[in-house]
This record gives sequence, structure tokens and C-alpha cells, in this order.
Amino acid sequence: MMTSIVIPAFNEATMVASVVRAVKNKANQVIVVDDGSSDDTGQQAKRAGAIVLTHFLNRGQGAALQTGINFALKSNADIIVTFDADGQLNAEEIDKVVEPLILGGVDIVLGSRFLKPNSQIPVAKRVVLKLAVWVTNLYTGLKLTDTHNGFRAMSRLAAEKIRIRQDGMAHASEILEQVKKYRLKFIEVPITMYYTDYSIRKGQKLSNAFRIIWALIIDRVGR
Amino acid sequence: MIIKIIIILFIVFVFWRTFLRFRKGDITSRELVIWLIFWFLVAAATLVPKKTDAVSQWLGVERGADLLVYLSVIVLFFLVFKIIVRLEKIDRDITKVVRRTALEDKEDPES
Repeated sequence: MMTSIVIPAFNEATMVASVVRAVKNKANQVIVVDDGSSDDTGQQAKRAGAIVLTHFLNRGQGAALQTGINFALKSNADIIVTFDADGQLNAEEIDKVVEPLILGGVDIVLGSRFLKPNSQIPVAKRVVLKLAVWVTNLYTGLKLTDTHNGFRAMSRLAAEKIRIRQDGMAHASEILEQVKKYRLKFIEVPITMYYTDYSIRKGQKLSNAFRIIWALIIDRVGR
Repeated sequence: MIIKIIIILFIVFVFWRTFLRFRKGDITSRELVIWLIFWFLVAAATLVPKKTDAVSQWLGVERGADLLVYLSVIVLFFLVFKIIVRLEKIDRDITKVVRRTALEDKEDPES
């Protein structure tokens, strides 16, 4: 089983190296997609032992993920894990997230911070995320507990089917739409999410929610 | 009326710019003719607005000026829509280019 970890990173020079080192022994290949960072994210990742793909322009997290997934598929990965560059996720949980794929019967594993009973999620964050979960479940028809989580693992089959067209943050909803559309078998796995000052500063703001909804609407109308 | 003078001056300016662009070869003679006709009609509607009422009343709108506003809004909506869709496409194309170079110039780990 060849496992690739894809980490989209935009201006994460302070965290990316430690994240790469933490996940390195969990997979055959760590791919960092440097999404047009103005700092030395790419250099840091490379020195820490990752293959680095560089977007020469910032195209957004969705675009970076798809670039990394394309590369993983080209390298014949059987399992592709998506992971965050900001140190919010626990590398030790990768095994747990990948496990259902190895056991079989599942195409994609979705991390959920809300399945973890004692997770420390700031209140404002919790409200916004729950709202996002509710809206996303409503229009995808899935029943998930966490829809905007960067921790996923997918089989080669799922990765080949899913095509991320949403360059920005709307990709999270888009992936779920396609899970539904292609009837991919999914399972949610509880994962830990660490909230540090750094991750909160780098994280998504509420105002982005409107941009995401707008992007999803435009995509529908424009197709 | 001052507004008429302003509009006519603007149309003269547009005529002049269009001719310059035609001379430089930026637009074809067909585009030139279409633009000239369009702006000529605008000039006519500005100078004798009463005449436009005939057209608008035939369509069921009382005043020609109102009809022009309605039409402009429709055309503008349509154009904005087209531009948004076009922008989306350009965005996707840029991503394709960026992705391709990223995949071609992959850098191997140093350790």
C-alpha cells in the first residue's frame, strides 16, 4: 500500500517543517503544495523531507489540494491523506484515519472534530462550523458531523473520481457534493483539533463563509 | 438643456475614439458601422426624445426614456452575468497553468 500525504500550505513557514517531520514516517510520500507563499514555506518543507510542488501564483487551498492529489495519483498512491499545514492536526491520528481504507469497504474517510467528546473548540468557531455543517448537510443530503475538516483519507478510486474545481475554500463542500454524486462510501472518524493562537490567526474567518456560498452559487449558474 | 449638451459631447468623443481605434486596426469596419449606428441612435434619442415615445408605446411603455432605462438594465445584467462566467473560466484556466508548472517543476526533498 503506497500512501501519500498531501499538505496544502500558504505562508506556513513557521509550522510546515514540524508538520512534515511529524507525518513523515506515516506515509511513503509527503507532498507539500506551496500555494504561492511569500515566505520560505517551500524551502522549509523541502528541508524537512517533503516533495514540494510550487504554485507560482496563489490559487487557493482547493487548487493546491488538487495539484497535490494529481501528483500523488501520478506516483501511484493507493491511499491519499489530506492534512493541514498549520499544526492543528495530530499526526499520530493518521493511522486511525487511514485504517478504514485498509480494512476495505470505504472509499473516503472524513475527520470530524465534533465526534471527539472533549475537544476544545472556541465557541465562535463552534457556532460557525455547526452552521456550515447544517447548510452543507442540507444541500448535499449527507448526514455528517463536521463538513469543513482538512483531515481526510481517500482511496485511489475516490481520488480519481473527485475533481476539485473550487480553487478556494468552497472545495470542502464540493468534495462532499461529489462524495454524494459518485455514491462514494464514507465514514467519519473522530480527530483532535488543536486551537492555538497561531492556528486561529491563520484560520478561516466568518466573513469567508459568505464568499464560499457565493462561489458555490456562481459555480452552479456558470456551468 | 445642459444634459443634452453633455451627452452629445460624450457621443462626439466616442465617435472620435471609435475612429481612432478603427484607423489603428483594433476594430473591423463592421464593428465600426455597428458602433456608429448605435451611438447615432443614442444621439437621435437625446435630441428628439419625443420620437422614442412612439417606439416605446408600441411596446407598451409610456415614455421612450423609461424604455431606454429598462433596456439598459437588462443589457447590463446580462453583461455582468457574462463577465462573471468569463472570469470564472479565466480563473480555472490560470489554475490549470499554475498546476501544470507546479507538477513539471516538482522539487525533491533535501533529506
